[in-house]
Amino acid sequence: MPRRVTRSKPIEPAAGDGLDLSPVREVVDELDPRSNLIAVLQRVQERIGYLPEPVIDELARLSGVPASRLYGIITFYAQFTTEPTGKHRIQVCHGTACHVAGATRLTEALEQELGVDDGGTTADMSFTLGSVACMGACSLAPVMRIDSETFGNLTPDGTRKAMRGVLKELGLDPAELRVAAGDEDGPDG
Amino acid sequence: MADKVKKTAAKKAVPRKAAAPQARRAAKSGVRVAVSAAADGKRRVAVCAGTACVFAGSFKVHDAFVEAVAAAGLSDKVDVVIVGCHGLCSQGPLAVIAGEETYYPRLKPADAARIVHEHLGAGTVVEDLLYVDPQSGEKIACWHDIPFYKQQTRIALRDVGVIHPERIDEYIARGGYEAARAVVSKKKPEWVIDEVLASGIRGRGGAGFPTGLKWRFAHASPGDEKYVICNGDEGDPGAFMDASIMDGDPHAVIEGMIIGSFAIGAHHGYIYVRAEYPLAVKRLRIAIAQAEERGYLGDNVFGSPWSFHLKIKEGAGAFVCGEETALIASIEGKRGMPRSRPPFPAVSGLWGKPTNINNVETFANIPWIIANGAKAYAALGTEKSRGTKAFSLAGKIVNGGLAEVPIGSTIRQMVYGVGGGIKDGREFKAVQLGGPSGGCVPAALIDTPIDYESLAATGAIMGSGGMVVVDDTTCMVDLARYFLDFTQKESCGKCVPCRLGTKRMLEILEGIVAGEGQDGDIERLETLAQTIKTTSLCGLGQTAPNPVLTTIRYFRDEYEAHIYQGACPALACTALIAYSIDVDNCTGCTLCAKKCPVDCITGEKKQLHVIGQAECIRCDTCREVCRFDAVDVLTGQAAQDLIGTPR
Repeated sequence: MPRRVTRSKPIEPAAGDGLDLSPVREVVDELDPRSNLIAVLQRVQERIGYLPEPVIDELARLSGVPASRLYGIITFYAQFTTEPTGKHRIQVCHGTACHVAGATRLTEALEQELGVDDGGTTADMSFTLGSVACMGACSLAPVMRIDSETFGNLTPDGTRKAMRGVLKELGLDPAELRVAAGDEDGPDG
Repeated sequence: MADKVKKTAAKKAVPRKAAAPQARRAAKSGVRVAVSAAADGKRRVAVCAGTACVFAGSFKVHDAFVEAVAAAGLSDKVDVVIVGCHGLCSQGPLAVIAGEETYYPRLKPADAARIVHEHLGAGTVVEDLLYVDPQSGEKIACWHDIPFYKQQTRIALRDVGVIHPERIDEYIARGGYEAARAVVSKKKPEWVIDEVLASGIRGRGGAGFPTGLKWRFAHASPGDEKYVICNGDEGDPGAFMDASIMDGDPHAVIEGMIIGSFAIGAHHGYIYVRAEYPLAVKRLRIAIAQAEERGYLGDNVFGSPWSFHLKIKEGAGAFVCGEETALIASIEGKRGMPRSRPPFPAVSGLWGKPTNINNVETFANIPWIIANGAKAYAALGTEKSRGTKAFSLAGKIVNGGLAEVPIGSTIRQMVYGVGGGIKDGREFKAVQLGGPSGGCVPAALIDTPIDYESLAATGAIMGSGGMVVVDDTTCMVDLARYFLDFTQKESCGKCVPCRLGTKRMLEILEGIVAGEGQDGDIERLETLAQTIKTTSLCGLGQTAPNPVLTTIRYFRDEYEAHIYQGACPALACTALIAYSIDVDNCTGCTLCAKKCPVDCITGEKKQLHVIGQAECIRCDTCREVCRFDAVDVLTGQAAQDLIGTPR
């Protein structure tokens, strides 16, 4: 199977919709996309935060790898996202030890507190609620992390308390989380 | 082993030479260590920086030690360092005073000053901070005497939790790189392969294929361009052995790979690390740079004609990439989808060249085998499964953590010996081995030896070493559903049996836990399971039904209770339970009503409270907060009666 992808015709630079696409070129200049494609995507996502269509198009244009192939890779790996994520990341561990210790109930408690489904982002873009397969901190099960802060041995009530504590620390009003700046989809929970 | 004299000399000479650049690097990279590399003549406080300890706050403890040491004016006498996972995660954050090996568990930053003053300053052990053995109630000062550690034989984990993972000299001081040096300077590849074969070590990633045989195939493959890959894509939920080795002793993996590269004839290697392990990536990067600087990696390693170049590849979050052909596709920058074998990677692997892939733990064992001889390794374990195996013990167990035991130890030894029994005095129900590819072994089979063949006979697998203990509060049907949910999501979608079969199995299981199970569901699951096992393309699909098959085999009554009685015996499946407040125990304290997130509990102060069944979301909060044990959980007919009662 030929690995090299030939560029058929020059493609116009992607429009970008107000996104700064310059990190794409910087990453491509640094790493050869042909032998480091996944690393290139990781770096670009690190810089821009997510991989929306204009970013994919720009990367396709610069690397010669078809956008369809890039899209295939992006949707295959859990690490990549085509949607913007919230300012703060909540990760609830759903490893086996956390599952048997009641992780499902933690996620449910957070869904209620934040008004989003698992995997969703609050309307005000402040929090993204997510699950991870295993953090490797099984002795603290069930575990959740909000950014780099860890909460272990949680109960549903403890989870709510922790979440409210974080909101308070950040000076956020729970009601405001549900108010969108420019409501696109809105929370469907 | 003949060049002992030379090695000892090298050991002494190297640290001094390297101290300065290393300290500089440590300072530059912002590593949390005291910037004094040579620990000679200094007391040493080793703070565990394994994942669980870090999450529990070990960096704060480390910083408190550094501060306390400085405040006490002991900075030139005491070296505070971080080490990899020390093993007993449930006692973290923990620290060890090296030399005498005094063990201080469950530390708070405030404890650091006391230890520095009383122990390091005045020379008295801080008694009330010592580990207390939960069984005997005795205080134990030295960690080697703690039952959890005493019953282990650490080979792959020999340096983990002991050395500073970012200091190559500490690895060298414990005999590190001697085996690789000896091999590339004066052995033949055939000798290495024979030695590894004679040790009897089998692939520690789970499949258990003899490592020596794998190396022989790759060695025999024609071609001068070959690759060696270390599989660090540890994806089983509940398993963290490989992470701990990569974080805690990265040089052991590198040394094992150098030896492997020489044996099979590969000048290039990759370590493929799971996306979720940024610390492993960081430590391996530092370790590779150090090894390159010393001339242990690159051209002419150890001054020999042998060359070996090693790179890290980061995964991007796909469980299936643990499968070797999928892993190769991922390194090549593609979707990580497996392909059919043959051709095996030993013949046609990365970029179509002969490739040898071994697991992290396998590589970490290799230097020990070469240094101590195949015989020493083969003396451990059972006839068909030689050596030791690292396990991550988790779940409802007292001593959760990382443990390495000779293969052939029984489940009882792991759960009650090393593991210290079940948490909160509850009943041992089963142990889940091998994660989503493995199975549940019930309490009745507690004396099963942990080896490849005995575990396969139970329907479980040895797997990579995840060992999750569950008690009577875990619903086995829900556990099976949990694993199928995982494999179904992680199925790459290439082959039909896995893509559609796991989905159908999951749907049936979801129905059962939701109280919508049908007569014949169990049989349908069994039929689907057999088909998926026999017709899937790769190991993911071939093993995905194991959690379902083993739970049906040993806990069929639980499936039947769900389907035919609408009951969850473990009181875990929310669709089949109801909460009720006990007339006798309720004191009317109002706490549950205050805490209820949906405000469905009513009742006056000092009066019996009542749960509104229609609004109740079964979040367990009322039961959790009640101080009078007044919230009952009902299932089956009792629950249905309660929910059906008009309010």
